[in-house]
Amino acid sequence: MKVLQTRVKTVAKIASLTLTALLIVGCSSSGTLKDGSATDGSGSSATTTGASTGSSITSVNSGNVGDLQSVFYFEFDQSVIRSEALNDLSLHAQFLAENGGAAVRLEGHADEQGSREYNIALGERRAQSIEQFFVGRGVNGSQIDTISYGEEKPDISGLASKSRRVEIKYTAK
Amino acid sequence: MVNCNMKKICLLLITLLSCSVNAQLLVEITEGVDEPTHIAVVPFGWDGDQAMQEDISAIVANDLRRSGMFKLMAEENMLGSPETESQIFFRDWRISGNDFMLIGSMKPTATGITATVELFDILSEKKIWSQTIDSAGSDLRDIAHYIADEVFQKITGIRGAFATKVVYVTVQGRGDARKFRLQLADSDGARAKTILSSNEPILSPTWSRDGKKIAYVSFETTRPAIYIQHLATGKRQKVQSFKGINGAPAWDPTGNQLALVLSKDGNPEIYILNLQSGSLERLTRHYGIDTEPTWAPDGKSILFTSDRGGRPQIYRIDLASRALTRLTFKGKYNSRGRLTQDGRFLTMVHQDSTGYHIAVQDLQSGRLDILTNSKDDESPTIAPNGVVVMYATKIGGKGVLAGVSLDGKIKFTMPSSLGEVREPAWSPFLN
Repeated sequence: MKVLQTRVKTVAKIASLTLTALLIVGCSSSGTLKDGSATDGSGSSATTTGASTGSSITSVNSGNVGDLQSVFYFEFDQSVIRSEALNDLSLHAQFLAENGGAAVRLEGHADEQGSREYNIALGERRAQSIEQFFVGRGVNGSQIDTISYGEEKPDISGLASKSRRVEIKYTAK
Repeated sequence: MVNCNMKKICLLLITLLSCSVNAQLLVEITEGVDEPTHIAVVPFGWDGDQAMQEDISAIVANDLRRSGMFKLMAEENMLGSPETESQIFFRDWRISGNDFMLIGSMKPTATGITATVELFDILSEKKIWSQTIDSAGSDLRDIAHYIADEVFQKITGIRGAFATKVVYVTVQGRGDARKFRLQLADSDGARAKTILSSNEPILSPTWSRDGKKIAYVSFETTRPAIYIQHLATGKRQKVQSFKGINGAPAWDPTGNQLALVLSKDGNPEIYILNLQSGSLERLTRHYGIDTEPTWAPDGKSILFTSDRGGRPQIYRIDLASRALTRLTFKGKYNSRGRLTQDGRFLTMVHQDSTGYHIAVQDLQSGRLDILTNSKDDESPTIAPNGVVVMYATKIGGKGVLAGVSLDGKIKFTMPSSLGEVREPAWSPFLN
């Protein structure tokens, strides 16, 4: 039984990776000067959030899950999860997988460049990217709710690099 | 008058205001045609005791001016103010460089006012149009826009679009304190009123072809849903709220169907919703993003944005055969297409090395022209006469509306004193 479960998880993981790969194919970088400018570097947002190496939590529970990083940033026109996000995302996934009563809402966002409805779609891709990551780590799909705001709720800083994000919000712990 | 007849469930989140007065947008022409037609709009005579509520001749003059095609004679340079043909000395008006002149007189009646207007070709000294219009007196701006439409058509041969309306979204405040409002105004920005306000985003407003209804996306329930609102009554209905995206509504020419985007099956796809039967038909099947549908004016095909080729481009799908054609090839980002009523010209958001601009493509020749040089342009909407495309842009980091003629010669901005302005949608002809 245990073995079977692990295998199921592995299959789900592979499926998740495949999906992520498809998503990468679906959105190549634009490569314009503006989009690749210094303010967009992965370093800036990571430094600001202080989470480039992830949190130091090793055992996650309902008491400390709120201390995990909850906002995850993305590159221009991309929905691929950045490597520095993996540590805390894995801990969120572990908590959700171990606590079937817990639930999250994944809110996807885009920066203000390009058309609004297309950005709604981009924000959803980002939220789905994290949803797939969670499902790939054994989280039940019914624990996850996704929504995209597109460019309608840019980060208050006004920085494009901070607006391209997914916010994880717990609706039950 | 908008009647506040709405569903109880919306009471907490939504306020439908019957007739609130809002700060208005003003049209400022920044570039006009090289050889504008010179016209004198002589202040209309008024044979009443009390002052008029609206200066009709000034509104007519302003309409013609903001079209960018006319040069209006300054009132202070006028040598007289004729109200009838017999009072006109054509030689004087000819010497001052005018091609046309409009005169008029108004007087009170038992039920309102009556206005008589006459348009003259100054060179030939011929009257080319005249009309007597009766009014209840409460619709003076409508009468002014009507007169401007007639003058515009008589002189340019193009149907005027001054008596049309625009809806747009305003955003005030920052962060969680933001307030979104769906506004309805005359095409010159006057008589703005709020038809929906919410603490959550409102986007993608779009007119039914009969000009009686607006469909839009509202996040008022904290999830996106598509609503249809009847302008005359304020009554509205939620038409779609699946899990995931419910977005980008677009009316078909009959008003019986709505194209929309749903991601309920995993990723954004175009669907057609029959508003009478409620049946839903899926139109696209692709793992890429398919969004921003718009109907061709003949109702036979739908244009949409898709990144199925790697980057967003505009495609056409024929509804009968389901044959798919890619329409845009220049540049790596073309989105949110809108067609002129003759189906020939496609306006879009086009990205080049300097940013996102409004561009127009002639679907007959394939030629693409970039119409704007600002870098944050989006949401193009075409006037029903096909002369001008209005769009949202940023000036000094703030969202404003602007416009450009399809030949690129006329440009205007619509500065606002209130917050961000975005998502314009130009009405069809309303008369």
